[in-house]
Amino acid sequence: MPESAPAPTHEAAHHEPENWVLKYLWSTDHKVIAMQYLVTGVFMALIGGFFAYAFRMQLAFPGAEVPGYGLVSPSDYNALVTNHGTIMIFWVAMPVLVAAFGNFLIPLMVGCDDMVFPKINRLSFQVFFLSAVVLLASFFVEGGAFGGAWTAYPPLSAVGEYSLTPLGSTLWLVAVALEFVAFLLGGINFITTAMNSRAPGMRLYDIPIVVWMIVIASVLFMLSVGPLIAGAIMLFMDQQVGTGFFDPARGGDPILWQHLFWFFGHPEVYVVLLPALGITAEIICIFSRKKLFAYRTILYTVFATGILSFTVWAHHQFIAGIDPRMAHIFTITTLLISVPIAEMCFVYIATLYKGSITLNTPMLWGLAFIFEFLIGGVTGIFLGASGADIYFHDTYFVLAHFHYTFFPIAIIGTYAGITLWFPKMFGKMLNDRLGKIHFWGTIIPFNLIFIPLFFLGGLGQHRRIYDYVHFPELMRENVLFGLGMQDLRVLATVSLLVMLAFQVVFFVNVYLSLKNGPRAGRNPWKATTLEWLTPSPPPHGNFAELPTVYRGAYEYSHPDRQEDYWPQWEPEFGPGAGRG
Amino acid sequence: MRPIANTRSAAGITTGRLAVWWVVGSEIVIFGGLLASYIMHRLAHASWAEQAAHTNVWIGLFNTFVLLTSSLFAVLAHYAAETERNGPKAARYLLFTFFGGLTFLLVKAAEWTIEITAGYTVTSNGFWSFYYTAAGLHATHVLAGMIIMLIVAHAARQGRELHRVELIGIYWHFVDIVWIFLFPLLYIAK
Amino acid sequence: MIEYWLQAASTYAGDIDFVIELVAVIVGFWFFLTVGIFFWLIFAHRVSRSPRAEYLTGDEEQPKKFITWAHMLVLVCDVFIVWAAVQVWYEVKQELPLENGGQPQVVRVISQQWAWSFVHPGADGVLDTADDIRSVDELHIEVNRLYHYELSSKDVLHSFSVPVFRLKQDAIPGRVIRGWFEATQTGSYDIQCAEICGIGHALMPARIVIETPEQHAAWLAGHSPTQLAAR
Repeated sequence: MPESAPAPTHEAAHHEPENWVLKYLWSTDHKVIAMQYLVTGVFMALIGGFFAYAFRMQLAFPGAEVPGYGLVSPSDYNALVTNHGTIMIFWVAMPVLVAAFGNFLIPLMVGCDDMVFPKINRLSFQVFFLSAVVLLASFFVEGGAFGGAWTAYPPLSAVGEYSLTPLGSTLWLVAVALEFVAFLLGGINFITTAMNSRAPGMRLYDIPIVVWMIVIASVLFMLSVGPLIAGAIMLFMDQQVGTGFFDPARGGDPILWQHLFWFFGHPEVYVVLLPALGITAEIICIFSRKKLFAYRTILYTVFATGILSFTVWAHHQFIAGIDPRMAHIFTITTLLISVPIAEMCFVYIATLYKGSITLNTPMLWGLAFIFEFLIGGVTGIFLGASGADIYFHDTYFVLAHFHYTFFPIAIIGTYAGITLWFPKMFGKMLNDRLGKIHFWGTIIPFNLIFIPLFFLGGLGQHRRIYDYVHFPELMRENVLFGLGMQDLRVLATVSLLVMLAFQVVFFVNVYLSLKNGPRAGRNPWKATTLEWLTPSPPPHGNFAELPTVYRGAYEYSHPDRQEDYWPQWEPEFGPGAGRG
Repeated sequence: MRPIANTRSAAGITTGRLAVWWVVGSEIVIFGGLLASYIMHRLAHASWAEQAAHTNVWIGLFNTFVLLTSSLFAVLAHYAAETERNGPKAARYLLFTFFGGLTFLLVKAAEWTIEITAGYTVTSNGFWSFYYTAAGLHATHVLAGMIIMLIVAHAARQGRELHRVELIGIYWHFVDIVWIFLFPLLYIAK
Repeated sequence: MIEYWLQAASTYAGDIDFVIELVAVIVGFWFFLTVGIFFWLIFAHRVSRSPRAEYLTGDEEQPKKFITWAHMLVLVCDVFIVWAAVQVWYEVKQELPLENGGQPQVVRVISQQWAWSFVHPGADGVLDTADDIRSVDELHIEVNRLYHYELSSKDVLHSFSVPVFRLKQDAIPGRVIRGWFEATQTGSYDIQCAEICGIGHALMPARIVIETPEQHAAWLAGHSPTQLAAR
């Protein structure tokens, strides 16, 4: 900021735009942009969920017409699974967890009026929206959408004659690259706002964990995505110009793409995991009325995880033809990462100790996140251990494992965040009873989808096959409690249908609560962080008067206080009290 | 209007600088990925040295000189803007930097024309694929920097947004350093 | 554990199953312990039983030591898992065993969109001779005999996967990847392609037929190109 420019006054900076377009579509307000990301993310989640419905129906009832979709041909099947994965990670988990919650929460939680660079923020969303349009457009071009898995291994992805989707592959690649650009732009704001624009008095260790998590996630993303952007440029050249970077026939190396992809792909898991962990931390503290157990330890474990996450990528490539000796190193680094993650889990559970736990909807989602993610975490050990991975690689065991990590992250984490901050976002309380029906209607079928898939993987079922009829070993009868393998597939599909049906409850709940829900007030959960100081929903400019911070983010049940919470913005009540 | 957020600096470093360093950081990993891929391939293919022999070191050297000189003007512009607070002078220096970039691109265009007419196209060999891709990616960064530089210079001439002179300078030095890596890797290593 | 659902038919299948079981035991212990404590805490400290929470920062030694201890123990468990995994990996993937005294049998496995072809060395036991036997989607081997395979691909990535052997290896165009197996029981089992390879990925089933020495000799005789030509 140049010294020459006069510091704008708070009033002058924030007159809300009158025009509808300027207010909702072309806005630079961080809350509006957060909503844009959220709505786009939820819309893409519905598409990704529809894809899952279509291919799960095909797996359960091969060759039958899928209601609402039609026949699923082999190329359709490949395109559906590929884009289901791509959409759920890049167009659902990323925009909702990192961008929507990041945009909504960071300025509110660090106590300032907007992001540092509102126009870059708007540009970030516009690029992101464009990327979503490009991806969806790939379904309507000649040859259809790309079907070479979300990992897009060349030569299949590089050569049109192999994939039979020359244009679809390129559109897929361009969409993903645009999405990366959007999040690099978004990251500028997350890091500058959280680092520089904190309210007076807010020290590093007073920042709410969720802000830390989103900032660290952005840094991890920035550091890991570069090589893949370079890889995307090379792959694009291979597809459209005719170079041979990844084509062995012309001196290229297909394994190189795998390194570039997974060097990004593994940290990417933590990029979406960390915001979900942050949301969970907020929830657990609020609803067990406890100070976060060992705040600094959590940060250190996150740093350790972040650094280690750059050293484990080749565990995705154990059997890909890399030098076998490399597997030893990556087994060790992969298992090392279990230490900080396990510690983080222990710390979250320790926060519950001697708390005062209320099991309402957000808390249920938060606790479910820990429980389900724990399953995802422990099953990952099987895959990180090179000797066991020889068998499990590319089976449904892998698939079930990463759905036990990504589902808690992308779906449970999102519902946790939405149910917690819904009062702040819209000024109305969500209905708790409907919320609990929706919770159980999601969690129980979720487990019933993926537990059978663990078994199918253990039985040797490999991935991305549209019909197992040609594999006698995968059509066996009586493998589990008298059920055959096809019965397990049907069970998973039926559970998916039930889970999808229960999502209607959520939308009904949102609609009814917005219409008839009780007013939320500023601080319905009696929470301590700065966003609860603003009116609900926060006006343009957020705070009537920008707050000053007096203490850490999680001062619940402080022994000196009658109230069981002590907000960050409340001044000291006498000499010697408060910060010691 | 600028939000209050933009005027704070709790970390003790201005928001603009923080943002530009973020951009530079993400660019470093992009070029890092590309160059690491190139080096891996180069080590695996000894025969690429014969192809590399057809690049013109003298043209590359000239372009290196041009870019370094333009960076010097970027430093002078920063000095004029920050110490002397002289907008028009900074704008003038930025214009010199701009013309340095322009010369670089024109020479590059001529060089590529010669090479392509001689039959060394992007598809002829792995080396040439990397040569055109890496240098092309760098050239688009030069072009982007030049456009931004014109915008910054325009504002600086009227005495506005003088802090941006430093920011575009940081970016320009980065573009320069990328070339310092590209030049030996693509031209000298034979 | 795996053997209960899918039989093990190679010499190293049992070792791979052992790693899986070891991980299952260690991880299962931690999982059930953690989940047990987790649910117990939720139950024990529900708001009706504990109306006011206690103020614990987590920086004090007393409560923190439970976490420190637990995380040391996790590290110890990791060492066991790494030890087992690395050993088995070394045996299966890194080291190429040689048969006592003689050359092992070598079979060539060639993958393409969307079929497997196999080259058997024929009666003389040597590849690239006139009596090589080529077959499509059917690999014939002898039980209790060491085989080396040479895996290659003609177009995109494929993956040579034999679940009963617990064997999986990606095929990469432009490279020949060597590995080994030794079957321990006769029968006919699935070969899968475990790496997506285009629209026909699901249509790459093949069979591995494991035969007794007598059966195998008969098969060789019946399919030898030199003998067929002589007939």
